Amino acid sequence: MEANREITRENYKAYVFEKMPKSSHWKNMFWAFCIGGVICAIGQAFIYLYSLWFNMQDASVLASATLVFLAAMMTGFGIYDRIGRFAGAGSTIPITGFSNAVVSPALEFRAEGFIYGVGAKMFLVAGPVIVNGVTISVIIALLTLIFGG
Amino acid sequence: MDVFLMFVKAFLVGGGICLIGQIIINYTHLTNGKILVLFLIAGAILEGFGLYGPLVEFAGAGASVPISGFGYALVRGAVQAAKQDGVYGALTGGLAACATGVSIAIVSGYLVAVLFRPRTKKN
Repeated sequence: MEANREITRENYKAYVFEKMPKSSHWKNMFWAFCIGGVICAIGQAFIYLYSLWFNMQDASVLASATLVFLAAMMTGFGIYDRIGRFAGAGSTIPITGFSNAVVSPALEFRAEGFIYGVGAKMFLVAGPVIVNGVTISVIIALLTLIFGG
Repeated sequence: MDVFLMFVKAFLVGGGICLIGQIIINYTHLTNGKILVLFLIAGAILEGFGLYGPLVEFAGAGASVPISGFGYALVRGAVQAAKQDGVYGALTGGLAACATGVSIAIVSGYLVAVLFRPRTKKN
């Protein structure tokens, strides 16, 4: 790209894409699939464990909660981010990624105090997730009420 | 054997959902937050049409652990409660269904912030 070319929003984006280190798409996809699959399989193991004491639905909720807790601890030890570096979406999309998105800014901003630091920054990513999720769930529930689902 | 098959299905479906996410990231460079919201909404809308429930039945944790399962749980909770308690249920059901997950994330986030020191990011 010539240096004197006018920089617009679009060609700047293209320029950044061009300069970005090309990590192999295939490798990315392989690890996302494997790590994502393993996290879900671990979740399945917890579902079986909890179904010894609870019904299937509660067991499923508790299994997710356990994964959230484990991912929070792993984020504290810095392990989760190390996995995330090569697992990409495989570590972002499972519920553990949500946990990581809550915990890691909480930890990062603890220096700003427990009210505006931890308390507020915790919802940097979780906020959009919960806001959008609750809104769409209420809309869908109201639509089912109106149209009789 | 049934148990083993369930693990395989959870692995394949869960991995498959993450693979779709990775493909989207590779081609659009969306940030993590946007990817999470995108999959959450996808799960919610699929459940709105009654499509995500069967997937959870088929793949267990493979469908409920990805964030799309969170959207599914929200919508299912809201719709079930709405059928019972009308508008009041529509407003309470979703959050109630996800309260465990959200609460544990908040509490363990707080706990980690108290117990751990932030580490400098090495790249």
